[in-house]
Amino acid sequence: MPFTSTVGDYQTVATLETFGFLPPLNQDEIYDQIAYIIAQGWSPLIEHVHPSRSMATYWSYWKLPFFGEKDLGVIVNELEACHRAYPDHHVRLVGYDAYTQSQGSCFVVFEGR
Amino acid sequence: MSKKFDAGVKEYRDTYWTPDYIPLDSDLLACFKCTGQEGVPREEVAAAVAAESSTGTWSAVWSELLTDLDFYKGRCYRIEDVPGDKEAFYAFIAYPLDLFEEGSITNVLTSLVGNVFGFKALRHLRLEDIRFPLAFIKTCMGPPNGIVVERDRMNKYGRPLLGCTIKPKLGLSGKNYGRVVYECLRGGLDFTKDDENINSQPFQRWQNRFEFVAEAVRSAQEETGEKKGHYLNCTAATPEEMYERAEFAKELGQPIIMHDYITGGFTANTGLAKWCRKNGMLLHIHRAMHAVIDRHPKHGIHFRVLAKCLRLSGGDQLHTGTVVGKLEGDRQTTLGYIDQLRESFVPEDRTRGNFFDQDWGSMGGVFAVASGGIHVWHMPALVAIFGDDSVLQFGGGTHGHPWGSAAGAAANRVALEACVKARNAGREIEKEGRDILTEAAKHSPELAIALETWKEIKFEFDTVDKLDV
Repeated sequence: MPFTSTVGDYQTVATLETFGFLPPLNQDEIYDQIAYIIAQGWSPLIEHVHPSRSMATYWSYWKLPFFGEKDLGVIVNELEACHRAYPDHHVRLVGYDAYTQSQGSCFVVFEGR
Repeated sequence: MSKKFDAGVKEYRDTYWTPDYIPLDSDLLACFKCTGQEGVPREEVAAAVAAESSTGTWSAVWSELLTDLDFYKGRCYRIEDVPGDKEAFYAFIAYPLDLFEEGSITNVLTSLVGNVFGFKALRHLRLEDIRFPLAFIKTCMGPPNGIVVERDRMNKYGRPLLGCTIKPKLGLSGKNYGRVVYECLRGGLDFTKDDENINSQPFQRWQNRFEFVAEAVRSAQEETGEKKGHYLNCTAATPEEMYERAEFAKELGQPIIMHDYITGGFTANTGLAKWCRKNGMLLHIHRAMHAVIDRHPKHGIHFRVLAKCLRLSGGDQLHTGTVVGKLEGDRQTTLGYIDQLRESFVPEDRTRGNFFDQDWGSMGGVFAVASGGIHVWHMPALVAIFGDDSVLQFGGGTHGHPWGSAAGAAANRVALEACVKARNAGREIEKEGRDILTEAAKHSPELAIALETWKEIKFEFDTVDKLDV
């Protein structure tokens, strides 16, 4: 009897932590996440890095954290500006929580190549 | 004024029932659920508990006049009905701070739940809650790292962490065991875990396991580009062996080890936690034997007390049950004690089983671990109940996937991230769980198959121990 298998082959994927297993977020979905960060009272913060250094703790800040920024449009523009300036870098958005000194949210918006 | 020695047996309530006493901020407060023998007045039972868990002896003794016993005695200051129970009542007892050695959970428990539990005037006794005074909390080290530091070390933000216990829990060789670790981690889990039964058995000695696991962690980390860890169980027959295992885990560059704090004991646990702080190692805590102590609604120690004790003794992650899986635990009670693990202040709230305000001061938080009989369909409820500061562990729900552990891990990771994304976008994930998972499965054949595999399984038994309301 010939061997037929219904088992699929799971291939390991290189991912960039939170939301790494979802399809890339579209613009509306990114807006939702930024709105969540702002609604939590966290400060938006943008970081970028060359893909060869993606496991490093410290990625470069884009400018400074946007402390107290409540305008969703401002953050979208800054994300795009960072991507334009470093088109081959990963760009991630952080929701920085000064109360816990931790990141309430963190995900990659643009993947570098 | 000096007192005279009056030999004989006194009623406990004459000395230890003090309804006018106003507890001090520095007192350690306890709430016991007492069920006395028939005919014994409540005040006498409550006073006996206060006496036997502090300074008292059944008879007056001359030597107590050598000290100021009023300064050291525990006092029952309040008695309350237990709602819906005619036999049992709550006794609130205040203990002066000086009754306890600084930083010693062992000492606190030896007093509070020592001889008194075998006391004949009682049919049942249950320690429901302890209010630790801040003055005592500041003498305990607490979690070696805490939630914030663990997130920073593992680079995990904005979501619960994902883990899984290696199965079969007994009988695999070291190399085969490492294979299963590798499969889970490459599939997208953050952590894998030694089963609590795995120590150093003939089929798999600990050194051999540690070496193969370390290679599995390293490989998965290199291939996925994400930080990974495996809880290496250091629970052992003696403290010396425990430390030897911990040292070797460090030598292998591993981020996290594990201890079973009730079977291993509080003294061993506190010692290992201190070692972890000193050596930059995360500490995962298992709770084998807890249900023996905490499940009976009228006798033993409630898990919220054991959880508080663990936070003080030290650990970065503690098992708390799942609410929705195969193990005991109702939702409100669980929320009550996961607050005790993670928050810096927890207010009194009887609807969650918390009998006292509890100020944790600057003590770090402990991740709540939900593990046992959970699968992808539970994901929306788990994310809603446990929130981000938790580790969700799917054992059967990972290895039971028809394509194997890596695909099972990926299915869980996709489901988790879909739920977090939906929650952040303002969706009610418990209500809309089915839609959220089904949508996510369109992009993930692994998740689609997992949803199909576990669609029928439910664990709907009533909990044995419920809140008294």
